Amino acid sequence: MGRYVARRLLQMIPVFIGTTLIIFLMVHVLPGDPIRAMWGDKAADPAQVAALRHEFGLDQPLWKQYIDYMADLFQGDFGKTFGGRPVSEEMNLAFPVTLRLAAVAFAIEMIIGIGLGAWAGLKAGKAVDTGVLIFTLIVISMPVFVLGYLARFIFADELGWLPPNVQNSEDIQQLLLPGFVLAMLSMAYVARLTRTTFAENLRADYMRTALAKGLPRRRIVGVHLLRNSLIPVITFLGTDIGALIGGAVVTEGIFNVQGVGNLLYKALGQREGSTIVGVVTVFVLVILVINLIVDLLYAVLDPRIRYV
Amino acid sequence: MSELTDTTLVPGHQASNAELAAAKGPSKGSGPGKPRSLWGDAWYELRHRPLFWVSAVLLVLLLTIAAFPGLFTGADPRDGDLTNHFLTKPELSHFFQADWFGYDVQGRSIYARVIYGTRASIMVGVGVTAAVTLFGGLLGMLAGYFGGWIDSIVSRIVDIFFGLPFLLGSMVVLNAFTERKVYVVIAALAFLGWTTIARVMRSSVITAKQADYVTAARALGAGTTRILFRHVLPNALAPTIVVATISLGAYISAEATLSYLGLGLADPTISWGIDISSAKDAIRDNPHVMLFPAGMLSLTVFAFITLGDAVRDALDPKLR
Amino acid sequence: MTTIEKTTSATARTGEGDDGTPLLEVRDLHVEFHTREGLAKAVNGVNYSVRAGETLAVLGESGSGKSVTAQAIMGILDMPPGKIPQGQILYRGEDMLTMSNEERRKIRGRKIAMIFQDALSALNPVLSVGYQLGEMYRVHQGLSKKEAKAKAIELMDRVRIPAAKERVGDYPHQFSGGMRQRIMIAMALALEPDLIIADEPTTALDVTVQAQVMDLLAELQREYNMGLILITHDLGVVADVADKIAVMYAGRIVETAPVHELYKRPAHPYTRGLLDSIPRLDRKGQELYAIKGLPPNLLKIPSGCAFNPRCPKAQDICTTEIPALDPVTEQDGTELPGRGSACHFWKETIHG
Repeated sequence: MGRYVARRLLQMIPVFIGTTLIIFLMVHVLPGDPIRAMWGDKAADPAQVAALRHEFGLDQPLWKQYIDYMADLFQGDFGKTFGGRPVSEEMNLAFPVTLRLAAVAFAIEMIIGIGLGAWAGLKAGKAVDTGVLIFTLIVISMPVFVLGYLARFIFADELGWLPPNVQNSEDIQQLLLPGFVLAMLSMAYVARLTRTTFAENLRADYMRTALAKGLPRRRIVGVHLLRNSLIPVITFLGTDIGALIGGAVVTEGIFNVQGVGNLLYKALGQREGSTIVGVVTVFVLVILVINLIVDLLYAVLDPRIRYV
Repeated sequence: MSELTDTTLVPGHQASNAELAAAKGPSKGSGPGKPRSLWGDAWYELRHRPLFWVSAVLLVLLLTIAAFPGLFTGADPRDGDLTNHFLTKPELSHFFQADWFGYDVQGRSIYARVIYGTRASIMVGVGVTAAVTLFGGLLGMLAGYFGGWIDSIVSRIVDIFFGLPFLLGSMVVLNAFTERKVYVVIAALAFLGWTTIARVMRSSVITAKQADYVTAARALGAGTTRILFRHVLPNALAPTIVVATISLGAYISAEATLSYLGLGLADPTISWGIDISSAKDAIRDNPHVMLFPAGMLSLTVFAFITLGDAVRDALDPKLR
Repeated sequence: MTTIEKTTSATARTGEGDDGTPLLEVRDLHVEFHTREGLAKAVNGVNYSVRAGETLAVLGESGSGKSVTAQAIMGILDMPPGKIPQGQILYRGEDMLTMSNEERRKIRGRKIAMIFQDALSALNPVLSVGYQLGEMYRVHQGLSKKEAKAKAIELMDRVRIPAAKERVGDYPHQFSGGMRQRIMIAMALALEPDLIIADEPTTALDVTVQAQVMDLLAELQREYNMGLILITHDLGVVADVADKIAVMYAGRIVETAPVHELYKRPAHPYTRGLLDSIPRLDRKGQELYAIKGLPPNLLKIPSGCAFNPRCPKAQDICTTEIPALDPVTEQDGTELPGRGSACHFWKETIHG
């Protein structure tokens, strides 16, 4: 187990370097000049532009910029924004907001997704099953922003049940609506996966054995079926955390949540390289670590899997 | 399935009725129980699913609209008349006329824009899927079949790209382009999306190449190309097709999301995402401005995802 | 105690005497499956009975309905698509098909237990064997987790799994095929049921292990004086352990007989064909007999005797009339107890 973890951590290094390099290149080979863009339509003083470029290291060759950036990164320095604030400070403000939003979404996704899927799976082929299937198809078909505006329009603007904007991210009630919107797509996938594994395991030989043992239905479903069926679902839930945080860009825009998504979106608009690279780098790290945890969790849940 | 154990007759034990039928198959040509191929069986399954027909009819309609938008509306989607500035609400009784769905903020016919927006969405969806399937499929196949250092290199590259969140990554990539035509969006989405297909293809090729019939073909002296294309590929294709069809809908959705964020297609290309984005400030008083492009977009994604779903069920009875 | 056991099993073995009702009696059982292709008639009027201490072997090819009958007895058929349109399954004289679900559940595992063919898939992969064995006691007898675990170890010792105490927390995949099948047997034995149904218990095992597992099963059966229904397609397994045999074909019993009589003098062409297709040392060098054709399609069972298309003795009557399971007698008319054949030409087959 220890060796496996060590090997996985080692494997993460080239992946991490490769991913950040791609992002770094994409950000820095932009055709436009972000420094020049700061003046907008007005004429810029060439000396000032040059000074700023030097300050942000943009006059260095690209490979040197990348190496400098990575070197700083390992000391916890994500660079500065054009406004002069450290990127890490901006992220410290934004990440907790997004994490709270993602946590609300994750809870909704898990509870409703597994519940719906289990219900449909136990009634495979019946009307409930078809209903859940069509519901999930509709949810998957609706892009998040459509769903977001629809939800905001109905529940906030028309019915007034929930606030349309998030002013304080520590208030769960304010996060409910955006959390729900963020969760919907993943929830549909969780429901479908749960349904499939339930329906499939329902036909497994060991289920027949459990029946032949004279166990009550509650126990057959609650112990024998559930234990087997939830293994892939939990794996999916784990890997989905990354998608949830990534999907926050759109949701945060609709509900005016001051999280990472908003930060990134603003940075993209201003072509502020250090923030973009910083945010995506943290994302990549989070996803890599979560993937490792999920793999280890898998071994805990399924005794047939042993890592060496 | 060749091994007829008694248990294949017990429904509690078998994957599906299809298997029951297939298990009874060998009673040579007598009655309905003729053995079918995977694809024949899949087609039989498909034909009996209402959702397949719903999506098929929708897709034919959408493809026709995308190819010949002029057939469906005489109005010019770019022609704005500010006297119509979205005060003109939909006239739902004026079937297929310019004011059927009302007018948008610039006085353009929403109906015409919805019709003309179809092409971009379909082109992005089909284009990305084709690119991803060809590129990812090829890399996955090579990695799976040859293994060794080819596999190591491909797998590491896949890992790197897989680490990038799809939407965030494509935002960053597209941000680097000032002129975002359809092919640019296709390239950007394909650049980040090919890894899924590569992974699926790799694992199914690995499974297929270990099959006894491949060993048999090799023992009979078949060459690499022949084994790869005659024996391995046809048997490894099904999961790839399923993933490709389902993700087609997801790519359309991604394009709309990016266009909505101002990072996808841009004027003068007509895209539902752009229209939805420009409608968002007017949603309270004029929900129709968003409703129609959003509805059309959802319908299109629905059609593709449902098709992929039906194909998956048909090809893999175990997943049902 | 032992004497009583001996006498009951002795009377059962000879098939004489009718003291009380049998443990299990299946009467005119029909099972059908509604499939996409049509109605598959898996079981078409099966009758058999088992007494305490008695072993009934049900013999047949794939699709003969032998497993489906067993599952109908256990009440673990999937319904739908399965359906029991007709018949009775009497446990100690009571029809289980009319019982409530809860009543039936209490019989399952406690009174009638089942051993499945493939122990690897029949055991839950994510639960330890100790848990799965102990579950029987926890559910049916309300024992605590700890007590159940102790009982599980006891059971594993009983079926001679080495180092039971250390292995009780292991998972099914960590055991060998033979050991897994012993665990299945242990699970069936847990509550000392009256009747055990073993569905091809040794088919998935190596030949050497087969004998060990079969011997263990037979020994435990004697010890607990249980009834045993042994479902198999292997004539070799049957000869050693069974008291009587029912041969099934296309959902019907085509021949019944005490075990050794059947081997000596089969009264049905199908049974004869099965026996002739066993390789024998004294016929070395000769061509091995094989029953021609394939098992029937259950969606389209041939009219008349279902075996007629493959039967070397078939006449016109065989395609029109379904033969009943008639008692078989000696040439002079003396009754042969326990024997029956569903062939229009059983006389020619057994005596000719």
